[in-house]
Amino acid sequence: MADVMTDVEAVTPELEAAAERAESRRGVLLALPSGFYLVLFFAIPLVIVLVYSFASRSSTGLTQLRDWSLDAYQRLWDPLVGEIALRSLILAVATTAICLAVSYPFAYYIATRGPTMRNVLLVLVMIPFWSNFLVRTYAWRVLLGSDGPISQISQALGGEPIRVLFTNTAVLIGLVYGYLPFMVLPLYAALERMDWRLVEAARDLYADGWTAFRKVTWPLSRPGVIAGSILVFIPTLGAYVTPAILGGARTTLLGDYIVSQFLAARNQPFGSALSVTVMTVMLGATILYFRTGARSL
Amino acid sequence: MTDAVSLQGVTKQFGDVVAVRDLDLSIADGEFFSLLGPSGCGKTTTLRMIAGFEFPTSGSLLIHGNEMGLQPPNKRPINTVFQSYALFPHMTVEDNVGFGLHMKKRGSAEITDRVKRALDMVQLGHRAAAMPRQLSGGQQQRVALARALVNEPEVLLLDEPLGALDLKLRQAMQLELKDLQTRVGITFIYVTHDQDEALTMSDRIGVMNEGSLLQVGSPQEIYEHPTSRFVADFIGEINLLPAVVVDHETVRLRGNHLIAASTGAGSGESVTVAIRPERFELYDLDEPIPDGMNRIEGRVTRRIYHGDVFYYDVDTPAGLIEAKEENRPGIELYDIGEQTIAVWAPAATTVVRD
Repeated sequence: MADVMTDVEAVTPELEAAAERAESRRGVLLALPSGFYLVLFFAIPLVIVLVYSFASRSSTGLTQLRDWSLDAYQRLWDPLVGEIALRSLILAVATTAICLAVSYPFAYYIATRGPTMRNVLLVLVMIPFWSNFLVRTYAWRVLLGSDGPISQISQALGGEPIRVLFTNTAVLIGLVYGYLPFMVLPLYAALERMDWRLVEAARDLYADGWTAFRKVTWPLSRPGVIAGSILVFIPTLGAYVTPAILGGARTTLLGDYIVSQFLAARNQPFGSALSVTVMTVMLGATILYFRTGARSL
Repeated sequence: MTDAVSLQGVTKQFGDVVAVRDLDLSIADGEFFSLLGPSGCGKTTTLRMIAGFEFPTSGSLLIHGNEMGLQPPNKRPINTVFQSYALFPHMTVEDNVGFGLHMKKRGSAEITDRVKRALDMVQLGHRAAAMPRQLSGGQQQRVALARALVNEPEVLLLDEPLGALDLKLRQAMQLELKDLQTRVGITFIYVTHDQDEALTMSDRIGVMNEGSLLQVGSPQEIYEHPTSRFVADFIGEINLLPAVVVDHETVRLRGNHLIAASTGAGSGESVTVAIRPERFELYDLDEPIPDGMNRIEGRVTRRIYHGDVFYYDVDTPAGLIEAKEENRPGIELYDIGEQTIAVWAPAATTVVRD
């Protein structure tokens, strides 16, 4: 009996360390499939793009992996690039802002319902994912067309036919529609974790409803605001499908522009340089956003 | 003098569920009043109505004579110390404590000064710049207290504020709270399910069960003279024996055993006799017993050593009774199986109706 006791005591620290090592080995094993996938289909293509951005072009438009230069990056200062980037930026900021303004009250509403109602509403938010994004975007083309239902209703009420299809407004509507769930879900997650007694405490300390929201609910839900904004802002900045289907030919955005460099203009180094730059800027902005958000928490 | 808080016929319903039923209660200025009861008895709902987080379904709620039943919390001269404190996690200790004064738009010099004094009062002046998560449970509790008291409310509500602390700290904080209340002279309304806490700190206690206020009185009254079986059973340990009233001064226990007790009930009525374990004294069969005392003979079936006291189970014709004897030097111990006589005063015999 006494022997057993000493055994247990003597072994414990080493045993613990060994168990910890085994645990981390298991962790590596579990991460292996996804790691392999990411390296093959994400990291390697990324490196290819990076390499291409320094390559040169032959007179026939073929990419040559020699005569390395920064020529492609120098073209970024072209005023046309600046104009397209600014247009994309404004569209992405507007999409993010509208998504946030629409989603916050809705996420707040879901988070304050009972458990059953909550699940029903969350399923409703996710229902659009059950059908193809392309199909849904084409549906908007029908809805927004000058002979579409919206325009018809407007005319039936004695108004003008509505011509929004193939404008930036149509793109904005499409983007807000497409990315709304990516804003709702992180906001819901943040508000659902919210300790409502803190709001009561603020009310108890003489804050009216609006002030309690401003001083307590809003700052405490900021992680959700940050996550949602990033999830909406980044894909909309480089959006390609929605502008291609709903946007006009005159309103080129970053996404179309990059695609046209690879396909129509056959200028792969410049297309790559654009991609690398957009990615770097977004990564930097995201880190900055997280930092400022984290500090105020 | 008008009462600090007065509830008149207050009822609160949530759908079909009656959380608080026709409550009448007056709490005097400067009083330390505890609402005591098991969870779900309506004590927290009552507190939340006084704070303004719930509105009464019917009835009237006066604070220093002013009707406040339907005012939002920010319009009431009342502050709350929440269960688990509800400190704002994104603000420093200082900003937490200053929150109420900021909302009242006090000057920044006044706020700084009053926050400092409030933090000094709870001995946390040196942690003003810390974030709540950096503090221990006891320290967070003090910050919550300072955050409420800094506003000099007319009434302070405390919702089981010591529930999350360990026993030693809880006992220390009980005395500290009571001491603080005496110093600041603010009316405290304290909600707890812990009877020790209520007995230690309160000037008066209100015992609640199933939405109703059963008895209001000083700790001593509640403990010594419970008026109902529930109150007797809920507060402390007690023996409850079924009995039938014989006349104004006599009841008959089971086994046809007559004892003296002030009954205040009609003869023939079925009642319960309540006797605290520490009121019994155990005697040998041949020992002389003082005159005028109640007695019942029985056999010891269990003895438990509890450090400062011994607990005995004694099997008597009236039922199994529990007696508690202090562990004094030279005390005579009874062994299991021994016959003994349990002796107690008629005055320590409380008759309650079911």
